[in-house]
Parts: sequence; C-alpha cells; structure tokens
Amino acid sequence: MAATPAPDTPVWRRRAPRVEIARFAGWLALAAFTLYCFKVMTEDTMWVFLWDAHKQAADLGSRMFPPRWSYIHHLWYSLWETLNIATLGTLLAIAFGVPVAFLAARNTTPSRVFVRPVALFVIVSSRSINSLIWALLLVAIIGPGALAGIIAISLRSIGFIAKLLYEAIEEIDATQVEAISATGARPAQVLAYGIWPQILPAFAGISVFRWDINIRESTVLGLVGAGGIGLQLQASLNVLAWPQVTLIFIIILATVAVSEWVSAKVRHAFI
Amino acid sequence: MSETAFPRHWRAPPLIANAWLRWGLVAGAALYLAAALATLEVNWLRLAEGVPRAIRFVAAFFPPDFASRWHEIHSGLTESLTMALTSTVVGIAISVPIGIGAARNVAPPWIYLSCRSIIAASRSFQEIIVAIVLVALVGFGPFAGFLTLSFATIGFLSKLLAEDIEDIEPASIEAVKSTGASFLQWLNYGIQPQVMPRLIGLSLYRLDINFRESAVIGIVGAGGIGATLNTAIDRYEFDSAAAVLLIIIAIVMLAEYSSSWIRRRVQ
Repeated sequence: MAATPAPDTPVWRRRAPRVEIARFAGWLALAAFTLYCFKVMTEDTMWVFLWDAHKQAADLGSRMFPPRWSYIHHLWYSLWETLNIATLGTLLAIAFGVPVAFLAARNTTPSRVFVRPVALFVIVSSRSINSLIWALLLVAIIGPGALAGIIAISLRSIGFIAKLLYEAIEEIDATQVEAISATGARPAQVLAYGIWPQILPAFAGISVFRWDINIRESTVLGLVGAGGIGLQLQASLNVLAWPQVTLIFIIILATVAVSEWVSAKVRHAFI
Repeated sequence: MSETAFPRHWRAPPLIANAWLRWGLVAGAALYLAAALATLEVNWLRLAEGVPRAIRFVAAFFPPDFASRWHEIHSGLTESLTMALTSTVVGIAISVPIGIGAARNVAPPWIYLSCRSIIAASRSFQEIIVAIVLVALVGFGPFAGFLTLSFATIGFLSKLLAEDIEDIEPASIEAVKSTGASFLQWLNYGIQPQVMPRLIGLSLYRLDINFRESAVIGIVGAGGIGATLNTAIDRYEFDSAAAVLLIIIAIVMLAEYSSSWIRRRVQ
C-alpha cells in the first residue's frame, strides 16, 4: 500500500516563502529597470527604419552577392600590413608589458606603496580603452597609417599582457626562487633562473593569445584610418561597393580563422 | 687513471633542442621583421607635425573639459549605459536556452550541432562589423548598437555556459533524474544550482564588456559614447575627448571592482 502523506505534512520547498518573494521582487525590479532603460535608449529611434529592415536586408543581400573576387588583388598588400600591425604591435606590447608586469606583481615589485599602484593604473587605463579608440586618437595625433595602428594595438595590449602575466608571477613557487638566491645569485640571475622558467609557459600562451586577438582587431583599425585591410573596407563602404565589402568580410573571417588555428597550435605546444 | 674533465660552468639547456630548428626559427623571425619594417611606411614629416598635437592632447587632461560639451557627453553616456544593460539582459535571455542546447550532456546531437553553429556564427564576426551591417539595416542610433551587442553576447555567454554545463558533477544530476523529475525540474534542480554562480559572474563580466564595446561601435554610427568621442576628436577638441576618456576609464574601473566584489560574494 502506497503511503499517502498526512494532509498537514509540509511539502518540500527549495526556499522559505519570504526568500522566494524577495527573489521574485529582485527579478521584477531588474526586468522593470531594463524596460525603462530600453525606453530611454530608444526615445529617438526612428521606428520606420526598423519596419522596412527586412526589405533593406533583402536589398543589401542582393547587392552584397556575389562578392567581387577580382578585387582581391588590391587586398594582398593590406593583408600584409594587417599582419604586420598585429605582430609588431604585439612585440612592442611585450617589450613594455613584461616590465610593467614585474613592477605590478606583489612578489617582484620594488615598492608596494609607490610603484605597484602606478603599474596597476597603467594596466587599468590601457585595458579600459579599446584599440579602436586608441587608434582614433593616434590618427589625430600622428596621422593616418600603419604606425598609428601598431601603437594603438600595443597600447591596448600592454594592459592585457601585463595583467595576465603579473597574475602568473604572483602564483609562482617561492621555494625555487629561494633556492636560486641561496646560491648567491644576483637579482638578475634570480629573475632569469628562478622566476622566468616558471612563467615561461604562461608568457608564451598570453603572447600568442594576444597576437590572435590583435589580428582580429587590426582588421578593423583601418575604419578610423590606422592602416590595414580596414582601410579598404572603409573605402568600399564609402562608395557603397557592397560586393567588395563582402569579399573583405570573407578575407577577414579567413584571416581570423587562420590566426586562431595558429594560436591554438602554439599554445598546445607550450602547455 | 686520470680524472675526466667536467665542465665547470653550467649552461641552461636551450628551449628547442634541435639546433637547426632553433636557428631556422631565429633566422625566419629576423627575416620577417626585416621585411615588415622595410614595408612599413612612416611619414616622418607628418610625425614631426604630430608632436605639438600630442603635447596638446596630454595637456588637455589637465584639466579636462567636462562642461562645454556636457549635453553631448550626457546623452552619449546615457545611450551607452542603457545599451549595455538592455543588450546584456536580452543577450543572456537568448543565450541561456542556446547554452543549454549546446551542452553535449544535455541536448541530443541535432540540437547540439545547431546551437553550436549559432555560437560559431556569433563569435566569428566582430562587434564592429556586425554594427556596420546592422546600421545599414535598421538605421543610425543606439538601437543598432543594442542589436549588435545582444548578438555578440549570445556567442560569448552561450559558449561559456555550455562548457560549464558540460563540466558539472554528473552524480547530482543523476540523483535528481532518478527521483522521476521532469526535464524542466531536472534543469531547475539538477543543473541550475551548479552553474548559477558562474552564470552570474559571466553576466557581470559581459555587462562590463558590453559597456566597453558600446564606446567603440559609435564610431560606425551605432550610438553611444563612442559617437561623442569620435566627434570630439574629429573637431580636435582634445579637452572634451579627455573628459570622455576619463569617464570611460572611471566607469570601467567601477564596473570591474564592483563585479569582482559581487562575484566573490556569490561564489
């Protein structure tokens, strides 16, 4: 005979009713706030443009296909420039980011009170500004071209590399460092034989990962004039040459896919 | 019997044991660097012209000019913040079912494959390119930006959520299943409690990213503070640009610290 529970047996609940109500109210508040934000955001939106979006999409689709394959000969140099912007930018960022990482890590910084906050500020301000914005600034200051792109990429990457690397430095095994310094090694030797071998895999992974991201970002830097294939994209967009735009999108996708594959291979080899 | 002469100095073993490969890589890298630097076109004249501008730009930070373009800054900032929040919420609402569908241990193969291809599509296009196309489709303004960021959120969040679901403890979902729970109960009591802390962390992180990205997609006309910044730089109003940059840095820092605080409390 199946045991029927007595009528006054409480049914199991995951949370107490009061908690349940509080959580519901929280979610409701979030939903209401989101709706309010949406209303504020779309105050000036011209909805008529949205209603014919499907027509626009069909129109754009018919303009974009087929891609103009013959245009590809104009793209090789831009592609080479894109690759250079990403690679040279990453190298420059490594050159500046590694020292910043050592200054920011708690166990290697010369001064926790003075140097570390400055290094952390460098990291934060570099990280919070996208490379496209850096490029926008640099094009205004040093003029359009690949150099602005290289510097923009490296300014953004310094923070990324330094942040991940200093976290790796803080996690190293202190006993190895102690063993090296116990032999009477100079600070530079401690760095080279006690610390560096421990963070080398992390360093390689971070650098290649950032290179991969930089390839991705350098493809669009040209939109603001900082060289690379984005310049051709901007030129094609300006004259509404959509078949060329499609071709450039395809090239960008292929480049990004290749760089992702390379970076996965290299990281696999190191880790 | 004479003693064998051992080397007195230790040298670290090279990273790559094969000498040919090692020197080949070095030579290849040097060759590439030479080629890259040789084809880099630098206009030194223009660069020299830029020096006073760079000084002017740095000087613009002391003090930055918040007042004279405050109206534009305010509206750009409102657009960016509202865009970041709404697109994160909508993006998460869409990416939770997709993330569940893209977990190998939950979904049947055909759902798994279709959800994974949605994720791949969303991840392979950068925000700025999506924004270009969407601005062409729905017109200028923050609505295009909202759509862009929602689309980008889907790829990011679904992928990480799916990976998280694939990593969960199988014993507890087995236990819930063995009570005869329905599929929804199974999701709600077996899987959701295990992935919720990380989902909250990822959502906050994505909110942070969406704000940063909202500052960028304005450059191609998708609204937000990026449009304000672009205008300020185009007019060479570096003091207003400095104000916008400082606001962006402050908000990003605030978001980073508060999100790491919330994540510590949740996890």
